[in-house]
Amino acid sequence: MAKNSAEIIEEYSDKEYEYGFVTDIEMDVVPKGLNEDTIHLISAKKNEPQWLLEWRLKAYQSFLKQPEPHWQNFELPKIDFQDISYYAAPRQKEKLKDMDEVDPELIATFEKLGIPLSEQKVLAGVAVDAVFDSVSVATTFQKTLKEHGIIFSSVSKAVQEYPELVQKYLGSVVPYSDNMFAALNGAVFSDGSFVYIPKGVRCPMELSTYFRINAGNTGQFERTLIIADEGSYVSYLEGCTAPKRDENQMHAAVVELIAHENAEIKYSTVQNWFPGNKDGTGGIYNFVTKRGICKGNNAKISWTQVETGSAITWKYPSVILQGDNSTGEFYSVAVTKNKQIADTGTKMIHMGKNTKSRIISKGISAGEGQNSYRGQVKVGTKAENARNFTQCDSLLIGDRCGAHTFPYIESKNRSATIEHEATTSKIGEDQIFYLNQRGIDTEKAVALIVNGYAKEVLNHLPMEFAVEAQKLLSITLEGSVG
Amino acid sequence: MLNIKNLQAKVEDKQILKGIDLQVNAGEIHAIMGPNGSGKSSLASVLTGRENFEVTGGEVSFDGKNLLEMSPEDRAREGLFLAFQYPVEVPGVSNINFLRTALNEIRAYHNEPPMEAKEFLRLTKEKQKLVEFDARLTNRSLNEGFSGGEKKRNEIFQLAMLNPKLAILDETDSGLDIDALRVVSSGVNKLRSDKNAFIVITHYQRLLEYIVPDFVHVLYNGRIVKSGTKELALELEEKGYDWIKEPAATASV
Ligand SMILES: Nc1ncnc2c1ncn2[C@@H]1O[C@H](COP(=O)(O)OP(=O)(O)OP(=O)(O)O)[C@@H](O)[C@H]1O
Ligand SMILES: [Mg+2]
Repeated sequence: MAKNSAEIIEEYSDKEYEYGFVTDIEMDVVPKGLNEDTIHLISAKKNEPQWLLEWRLKAYQSFLKQPEPHWQNFELPKIDFQDISYYAAPRQKEKLKDMDEVDPELIATFEKLGIPLSEQKVLAGVAVDAVFDSVSVATTFQKTLKEHGIIFSSVSKAVQEYPELVQKYLGSVVPYSDNMFAALNGAVFSDGSFVYIPKGVRCPMELSTYFRINAGNTGQFERTLIIADEGSYVSYLEGCTAPKRDENQMHAAVVELIAHENAEIKYSTVQNWFPGNKDGTGGIYNFVTKRGICKGNNAKISWTQVETGSAITWKYPSVILQGDNSTGEFYSVAVTKNKQIADTGTKMIHMGKNTKSRIISKGISAGEGQNSYRGQVKVGTKAENARNFTQCDSLLIGDRCGAHTFPYIESKNRSATIEHEATTSKIGEDQIFYLNQRGIDTEKAVALIVNGYAKEVLNHLPMEFAVEAQKLLSITLEGSVG
Repeated sequence: MLNIKNLQAKVEDKQILKGIDLQVNAGEIHAIMGPNGSGKSSLASVLTGRENFEVTGGEVSFDGKNLLEMSPEDRAREGLFLAFQYPVEVPGVSNINFLRTALNEIRAYHNEPPMEAKEFLRLTKEKQKLVEFDARLTNRSLNEGFSGGEKKRNEIFQLAMLNPKLAILDETDSGLDIDALRVVSSGVNKLRSDKNAFIVITHYQRLLEYIVPDFVHVLYNGRIVKSGTKELALELEEKGYDWIKEPAATASV
């Protein structure tokens, strides 16, 4: 006989996080605690120029003054910032030239995650800049990129090799004063990716970074900076998985995108960090500030995200539409189950004339998961004929989960057109039974429905990742329906 | 093929089926009639394994196997098909993708490889023609926004695609216009063979002029109270159900 819903939900809740393993590598960890000494230490370890040290210190001062955010739809857990170690790097004998020199343990870890690190696996056209905890350990396809004048490196390396570019853009879209987590990131950011696409260049491959948090109790603070110069194009994918940890780990990244005139940046995320167990212990706190600016006319920035992990996700990838005729897009699928919380959405800030934005948000809640969409559409006085379309759908699985929608609209220009549509639906027993009656089992039925529901968003992912994201959604929701 | 013995079932503590006996052999068509609420759809639900129905007694064998022990999907894979009285809408899942998944799940159960895309397309075209199903509906979301009649036709299209051993049609005729009724019936007649069987639940004798049954049963108050040939349907059309209810009421005392 068929299992009843309670049994299936139970079984599904029991499902252990697949990537819960820890790599045993000697780590170079800075003692716990946050103060000016920590910042001096990090900056010195990275051999940073004076201006950057000063910038970090200012960010720290700003952090001390920032209030905790309070408007989100969940209780911010008490975080003891003094109980976190702010820098961890795998101990390496010397600088690595290529893959063969990378610690085999590390490579094994990446293999378990299915990350295509070795070149043969990336024949599909993906260059991987793998970040293991705080330090970038391997970079592939550098040669091809170099031929096009494209810079794709770790931020630390870019600070050394292209200091003027970094200094010009760092903090230009997300200043450290933006919010508490952005300030913290500014003070202690460890590493991340740096991308620069020169004028008129179309990046010939998807750029991709896999972040991985490994050392216990190490907050991770990536900083990513992507600059697309006039008339250029780049598609960037960030994928994340983290091993299981009992203590909560905080992740406070900052991503800044700059698209100049006629340039286009496509930024895709597949986030699959440890969500905590079924009782809600453990799991990553994911407090990310992501923002892009369409600086020039006809620029375009498009965010696509598939969020299935983390205990708490607090994330609003945004676009400032400064150039005339520029376009901002946000496509999101966020899944919460067990006791997971996601408070995510976007901000579209229309400043230029004829600017357009499009928001498609699909929330999926199962178990006792809570999913909030929070979106802001702002139209400035000079944004003649600005247009926004927002569609915000929620899918509920079971009856203990929740979906919430908070759209904020602020228009200072009468010529603006703003449309908002919202729906809530439930995967019903009768839908599942209908598919069962045609020979499709419940797991497959849920996968079929969920993937159908998320299709509009998944279609915006680069092809090779869309398939993975589809699988991830099915795996994540295994056994979640009755 | 199907052998039902003294089947009893309840839903939410209400006894709905009170001892059903029915035998269906390959090549036969059985019609089940009976007043509203008598338990016709419930019988279909119990046979297909709907979760909220609890079997409280009796046995059902399907091709020699104990049907009641199987999961709903396995019953389907064994060749049991229900054309629903009220087909549900499944937004986002395309009709064609759904059918392909269903077909391949059934094939996998029988250790057959997935059907080649080309062959699948050919089959789709052939069956669309057979039941005169609008190709545009094939690519839409499963039943989403379909008219009542389109949903019913989609059930028959799926029936044609999946080619089950035993198909239960639960009031497939209600909601169909006269032309559609003729098309659907002729589809069913073309799908008939000496290897499969149909149980046709209906309120109207008219359908049985197109799909001619070998047997007609009257279900009343959770029991089959009368069985006969197609003439019984005509008699019911004329006299209604009262003459059948009376003896049933006495019999149940
Ligand atoms: N889920 C349920 N909960 C409670 N009662 C139910 C449920 N499903 C069916 N019933 C009841 O069982 C009885 C039989 O219903 P069923 O749908 O089988 O009738 P039917 O013969 O198909 O009628 P119709 O000709 O109107 O389609 C009805 O009284 C109905 O209200
Ligand atoms: Mg009925």
